[in-house]
Amino acid sequence: MYTASDLKKGLRIKIDNDPYIVTEFNFVKPGKGQALYRCKLKNMLNGNQFERTFRSVDNFESADLREKKMQYLYKEEGKYCFMDNETYEQIYLVEDQMDDAKNFLIDNIEAEILLFEDRAIGISLPNFVDLIVTDAEPWAKGDTVSGATKPVKLQTGYTIQVPTFVNEGEKIRVDTRTGEYMTRVKG
Amino acid sequence: MRDDGFQLARKRDALQLRARLIQSIRLYFINHDFLEIETPLRIPAPAPEEHIEALPSGNWFLQTSPELCMKRLLAAGYPKIFQICKCFRASERGNLHLPEFTMLEWYVAGFDYQQLMDQCEEMIVDAAGDLGFGDAINWQNRKINLTPPWERISVQETFQKFAPITLTEALSKDRFDEILVEYIEPHLGIAKPTFIYDYPAKLGALARLKESDQSVAERFELYIAGLELSNGFSELTNAQEQRQRFNEALKLRTQKNYATYQMPEKFLDSLENMPASAGIALGIDRLVMLFADAASIDEVTTFTPEDL
Repeated sequence: MYTASDLKKGLRIKIDNDPYIVTEFNFVKPGKGQALYRCKLKNMLNGNQFERTFRSVDNFESADLREKKMQYLYKEEGKYCFMDNETYEQIYLVEDQMDDAKNFLIDNIEAEILLFEDRAIGISLPNFVDLIVTDAEPWAKGDTVSGATKPVKLQTGYTIQVPTFVNEGEKIRVDTRTGEYMTRVKG
Repeated sequence: MRDDGFQLARKRDALQLRARLIQSIRLYFINHDFLEIETPLRIPAPAPEEHIEALPSGNWFLQTSPELCMKRLLAAGYPKIFQICKCFRASERGNLHLPEFTMLEWYVAGFDYQQLMDQCEEMIVDAAGDLGFGDAINWQNRKINLTPPWERISVQETFQKFAPITLTEALSKDRFDEILVEYIEPHLGIAKPTFIYDYPAKLGALARLKESDQSVAERFELYIAGLELSNGFSELTNAQEQRQRFNEALKLRTQKNYATYQMPEKFLDSLENMPASAGIALGIDRLVMLFADAASIDEVTTFTPEDL
């Protein structure tokens, strides 16, 4: 059981027997008034979204979801194949179920596959993934602390904003939850 | 894990603006004969309000606002005082909220809430001028004209104009805050900054009731670009009535299983001697957000709790 103060981006709750994930969250509160929790929720089965504002007295059932470690194998005809390394069982996720994870997917990466009543419905990657910059404008030397950014392309095809000093061929660490640049990785 | 230097370097412009804004505000009050004061951050008893949660600090609490101590100074004969300090409110975290934030609070003996609105307007216009903004600011693709006079509209009127239900209905169904946030706030302070005033009596726990209409308290809020920036009121100076209101708030807190606070007796004692006056609190972080065109409070503060 969750209460409204547990709400945050990524929390999964059950509403009318379907699992929902909080995709956007904001805490709002008029200065002297009640705390309100403004959420955008996405049905994890059909992708339908709706917005709702909850109050601190509201509470929620947790969705009965299970996660299983599986390894990414390949992509074929818009389907992503994963395998359980102990049982060799394979499952497939379609493009929609992959969400942003497809931007950070590298061969053989271990991911948590999300199961709802034993059906694969989603994926979560490790919070941080190291990816190679495959396409970047050269660095105008000397500019190390201005906070300026430039777009670069990663090995997965994903375009990301990074500090200007990041060069092509370098490896960077990306936060898969926000899709943002974290730091350069040496070696 | 985060690239600390890089993240902090990105805040340089906002932090410089913040420093200049605080200097400008300070100068405004000094030039208008206010005394800058400091009161303790750690206090034994915060003002009992239904929806504000204090953070415990030992057997005491961190202040949720400097209100009670500042009013004791007013009562002791300091007629014009201001303070820029940290305030703490448990479980408040969002794009506009930090559990530790910076508040500007000032009090003027002899003023009522209308005069305080005038002064608030003048102070912000002066600061904008000092910072080189002229008569308009741009925030998140909106242009807000700061030329006085700013818009003033009663809470009752805002409900008539923007809300799907009446103010009376919102109050009876305990939906006031929800309606305010969902339907009203997005329209406030869009072309010009907006003061909304005359709050329902029970929503002004420390405010004086309006003489000509006892159903409302002489309380106001300032909004710029839909952002709630400041809260002020004509002060209640009747100790007996204040005690009664605190008792009601404490009773509600007990019913809802919230932490209970002890009665701020020394404050109530001094209230007997407090002159008619008005006081106002303004969120410095949010004012910086507006000038810095920042979408989140995180962008205008050095470190958030998550960064520590």
